[in-house]
Amino acid sequence: MRTIETTEITKQIKEMCIEANYFLPLDMKRAIEEAKDAETSKIGKHILGKLCENMQIAGEDMIPICQDTGMAVIFAEIGQDVHFEGGYLEEAINEGVRQGYQEGYLRKSVVGDPLIRENTKDNTPAVIHYQIVPGEQVKITVAPKGFGSENMSRVYMLKPADGMEGVKRAVLTAVKEAGPNACPPVVVGVGVGGTFEKCAVLAKQALTRPVQEFSKVPYVREMEQELLRKINETDIGPGGLGGMTTALAVHINTYPTHIAGLPVAVNICCHVNRHVVRVL
Amino acid sequence: MKMEKYIRAPLDTETISSLKAGDFVYISGTIYTARDAAHKRMSEALAGKGALPIELKNNIIYYLGPSPAREGRVIGSAGPTTSGRMDKYTPALLDLGLKGMIGKGRRSKEVKEAVVRNGCVYFAAIGGAGALLSKAIKASEVVAYEDLGTEAVRKLEVENFPVIVVMDADGNDLYEKTAENRNDG
Repeated sequence: MRTIETTEITKQIKEMCIEANYFLPLDMKRAIEEAKDAETSKIGKHILGKLCENMQIAGEDMIPICQDTGMAVIFAEIGQDVHFEGGYLEEAINEGVRQGYQEGYLRKSVVGDPLIRENTKDNTPAVIHYQIVPGEQVKITVAPKGFGSENMSRVYMLKPADGMEGVKRAVLTAVKEAGPNACPPVVVGVGVGGTFEKCAVLAKQALTRPVQEFSKVPYVREMEQELLRKINETDIGPGGLGGMTTALAVHINTYPTHIAGLPVAVNICCHVNRHVVRVL
Repeated sequence: MKMEKYIRAPLDTETISSLKAGDFVYISGTIYTARDAAHKRMSEALAGKGALPIELKNNIIYYLGPSPAREGRVIGSAGPTTSGRMDKYTPALLDLGLKGMIGKGRRSKEVKEAVVRNGCVYFAAIGGAGALLSKAIKASEVVAYEDLGTEAVRKLEVENFPVIVVMDADGNDLYEKTAENRNDG
């Protein structure tokens, strides 16, 4: 049994919210830089160059990479031998978000009720996914999610007969419909299987995988590679203004499902695919 | 050939008619920000015969909700939000004299018709480049709906603010062009 103070969780979450919004993970940064070098469309290359410049300014001048500093999505993998002491864990997490968004000069983009729409003014609550795992560590992923691309994400309840081709069609349809709205180049997270809500969580988790690290499952890896190629043949391009860089990566996560179904979620993330991971 | 053009805001008819889809444009002068909540309020003001908080005539609205400014700075990160969410409110504003919009993403058929009908222009700024774009903003002042926080209406002074003409006054739409005829010199 290991004891962790919830004040420590607050401190970590605060720092992670700030870090995520000022510094893209190295793999994302590298992917954008490589795409800039490879891009053959002049306007596309120009835009990718500006995105590189933008990342540099963000880090040097401490201005968020994007003004949409997102809704804080948090994955908390909690070892079952951990005991939390102090306040309630969920409150500690939200307090970290509150402090991070305040002290980090991040935008408060959350409304307390989806229809009344009054801003909560501190970017809480976060969307938190808990998982109980073996061991006595806590792994936290903070992934602030912007809504330009979130709005273009889709869930499709396919039929088993639709099979692999159906899944590919669904992904391509979502990316084409998203077009310029989702701030391409995008990262495409796909969840296949599970239930209605499970596939959406799988898709969100897929976005936190290091870019261009393909699935370990051979047939899934092939689908990821094929889809990435096909998406980059659409000529949507950087900023939706044409070019060969529409997506930087396609990540697919799968899960067992029901004999009657084939749920597919396509979670699109813009090039500001933020995630910070820490293990306590 | 892609054209680079330097223009002033507010706009005039001559400037607008010189802009073509695909042009790289640098805007200097005064523009206003408004996004979802401010558009809703402006629309409610119009429905109730109330006054709009800003003069629309010849002006440009930038679909922006910036991040907070650090002490001593003008503004935080300041890139465009998706324009399509404003489509419901936009034709009425264009019919009242609004001449330009800065955002990102596709517009509805109704917006395109209103752009052509009124001789307007729709620009895209680079989505997700808010740190870079903030450099072109030299002054920022909340002029209405302060309670909306980031969604308040701001008056911005900009200097060579970089945008691309997506939809010109003739209704040409850069997003709809294919690779071959896109203005990509």
